[in-house]
Amino acid sequence: MAKSKDKNIIDRIWDFLASVKLAIIVFSLIALTSIIGTILEQQASPEKNIQVISKLFGESLAPTLYRIFDALGFMDMYHSWWFVTLLMLFAANLLVCSIDRFPSIWKLVKEPIKPLKEEHFKAIPIKREITLKGKTEKVKETVGSVLRSEGFKYSEASDPGGHQFYWEKGRYSRLGVYITHFSILVILVGALIGIFFGFKGFLNLPEGESFGVAFTKTGELTPAEISERRIIFNALEISGGDVSMAARKLGVEESHLTARMKKLGMMPLGFSIRCDDFDVSFYGRSDMPKEYSSLLTVIDNGKEVLKKRIEVNDPLRYKGITFYQSSYGIMPDSSSFLFIFRTTSKTGVSETLRVRQGEKFLIPGTNIEATVTDWSPALSFDKDGRAFTYSEMMNNPGAQLEINENGKTYKKWILERYPVTWRLQNGHIVELVDIWGAQYTGLQVRRDPGVWIVYLGCATMSVGLFIAFFMSHRRLWVRVTTEKGNTKVMVAASANKNREAFERKIDKMVALLKEGGK
Amino acid sequence: MDSSVFFGISTVAYILAMITYITYIAFKKHGVGVAATTITITGFVCQTLAILLRWKEFYDISQMGILRSVPITNLYESLIFFVWCLILGYLVVEFKYKNRSFGAFVTPVAGLALAFIDISGMSKEIQPLVPALQSNWLLVHVIMSFISYATFALSFSTAMMYLIVTTERKTEASYIFWSVMLGIFVIVLGALGLDFLKFKVAGMKPEALIKSYLFKATFFSDSSIVSILSYIAAFVLLFVIWRYGYILKRIIETFNISASTLDEITYKSIAIGFPIFTLGGLIFGAIWADQAWGVYWSWDPKETWSLITWFVYAFYLHARLLRGWRGHKISVVAVLGFVAVIFTYLGVNLLLSGLHAYGGLE
Repeated sequence: MAKSKDKNIIDRIWDFLASVKLAIIVFSLIALTSIIGTILEQQASPEKNIQVISKLFGESLAPTLYRIFDALGFMDMYHSWWFVTLLMLFAANLLVCSIDRFPSIWKLVKEPIKPLKEEHFKAIPIKREITLKGKTEKVKETVGSVLRSEGFKYSEASDPGGHQFYWEKGRYSRLGVYITHFSILVILVGALIGIFFGFKGFLNLPEGESFGVAFTKTGELTPAEISERRIIFNALEISGGDVSMAARKLGVEESHLTARMKKLGMMPLGFSIRCDDFDVSFYGRSDMPKEYSSLLTVIDNGKEVLKKRIEVNDPLRYKGITFYQSSYGIMPDSSSFLFIFRTTSKTGVSETLRVRQGEKFLIPGTNIEATVTDWSPALSFDKDGRAFTYSEMMNNPGAQLEINENGKTYKKWILERYPVTWRLQNGHIVELVDIWGAQYTGLQVRRDPGVWIVYLGCATMSVGLFIAFFMSHRRLWVRVTTEKGNTKVMVAASANKNREAFERKIDKMVALLKEGGK
Repeated sequence: MDSSVFFGISTVAYILAMITYITYIAFKKHGVGVAATTITITGFVCQTLAILLRWKEFYDISQMGILRSVPITNLYESLIFFVWCLILGYLVVEFKYKNRSFGAFVTPVAGLALAFIDISGMSKEIQPLVPALQSNWLLVHVIMSFISYATFALSFSTAMMYLIVTTERKTEASYIFWSVMLGIFVIVLGALGLDFLKFKVAGMKPEALIKSYLFKATFFSDSSIVSILSYIAAFVLLFVIWRYGYILKRIIETFNISASTLDEITYKSIAIGFPIFTLGGLIFGAIWADQAWGVYWSWDPKETWSLITWFVYAFYLHARLLRGWRGHKISVVAVLGFVAVIFTYLGVNLLLSGLHAYGGLE
């Protein structure tokens, strides 16, 4: 870099961006502001954060402080203009620093080690000098064998007045730092691609239904936009989430509809996804969930193309879009639920039945009539024997049957997890297999074309860090000269990392030379 | 025999080792030193056995793969693993630098942490894993995170010792820094201890204690007298540590470790911990989050705090390697780095909410 006095403005900006000082300032600022972001809950309701602030600074100051923090973007700070600017400065600093320093390092990496000029021996960090008695030729042999026994695969060269052995290892390790820095840039590029060309949405899909749209976050919508959104949503509902069908219903071009939908936070997937089943399994009979899973079917162009049961750590991918098991819930309206029973009469007649609430059915092989009168996702009984629902999850699903046998009527709860409850008074068995359609699965839907670039950056960063921290460039020169009938051996060595260890190795070698030279 | 027996033996061994190491420093008898090392190794072997046994117990109960049954999924297990890494790291240093003096610092931390787990009433039950934790990434992510935490803990203690032995005057900024830092550590640990004692008496549940009773026995007490007295006591403690810090300095000076060796160990442990933390903590964490939650980075408090930690250590490395920072300045950064580590590990779980809400005390 030119160090002239009259630097123009571009040079100055360049120098500023290339400085380690900037790196240190940006590191500190990112770290310090991030702390605030972990204390204030991000993208939360104002009440929540006012509460947090009043805990820290007292109630009287809280509303004012909240307004100040809010105006500065701290309520969604990782997406605020100034935090993004900090990240960009970080990236620019990294890039400019690398470009700035690269040529000199590249020169060093490209050129293999050469014999060292005599006057340069003094300038090397590790240096030793010994004088050995005996002929120079003999000493040369000793030096060679000691170096070999110590694992230095050296080269040799003769110069006027002396003979030199030289060796180096790990020249390319000097690039580790650059690989690491470059990887961070790759990761940031991948993240940007994800932000600009991907989307993150969600989709709550009831059992048995399909949809072709995911819902994303939007900015604040105008009343006109909200009503437009409702109209489009209704059209989508009627068409089962099929965008082209909804376009026909609304009488608009599909491409126009797609563009409007994206604006209004509805992302067309290009295919439909159907939830065939959602299931929570528990550890034994405890209420501790073991796994959440959804059986999903992808329907593309009217054909079922893919079927997979997804779990929390095992998503489904199709055409670049990934569906993650994220949440679940109970549907509000029980009229569409299917209660699935497996009945076994005393005479051994067994059958599987699917009935709706309020529907009368005959238990096969008997003359018993039954109706589902009530249901619960998680049934328990209080101390007076009254039934109540203790959880919003399907922890202990139960269906209440009204049973009518020869004019005698009674009610009975059948619980999926308790076989004891399946047996009717006269020995027939009614097992509750599932209450289907009662739950919806909450899917996180994401397309992120940048994620592989991020992973690539992570992989190269791991390699870069390994090289940068665990490998070093070690160099060694040994010069043998004749001096007043004796032989002088000059040793110079350098290591760009862990010099102490290399120095110990050199000292050991020198000691061996002294022994061998006697 | 089950794992708890071996955990018990290792706790006792570390406390015994602490006494032996202190005796060794006082009398410098070679035999005592060898005894201290032997006791520590015995404790370490027992703890290793205990962890393996617990792993097997967990495997038998959970009926998941062996890789997913690794016992590091709640605060109790992770603290035990942390202590294990710490002792391993210490033994490596002892053999490499042929110096036993650190033992007097490390074994108390190990013994007290294990004893704290015991008296705090932390849940020791083997709990089955919630769905999000059922992944093969669990093993590598958590183990590598903890190995790096342990190396950072080592760098913290050597950086503190460096500051203690190299400061001369009480009015020096570095002297004030280390004495206040040490004071805060002692005060927070003491206050937590009092909370737990009080909770023991009242028989409350630990999660309730952390969520709403943190420092209730002292600073945030309902009785304003207790609260004021606590602040006074804390202040007095700070003053005493500041006033009599030179005693610590004299003790450490008897260790026969040069300040430059301390500085070197600080740097080396960070240089080892940093890549491991980046790979295991940040990168593997991001890949796992991508699989489980559908986002590789979501600025959740745990993620953000690990990034803060990463930046502090990146700062340390750049300041040292490029700007040539040495001595007090760089040691202060190393100490602050470990403060960030503690917050990432414990503070986030105990104080802030987020997706990583597994490590709590329940």
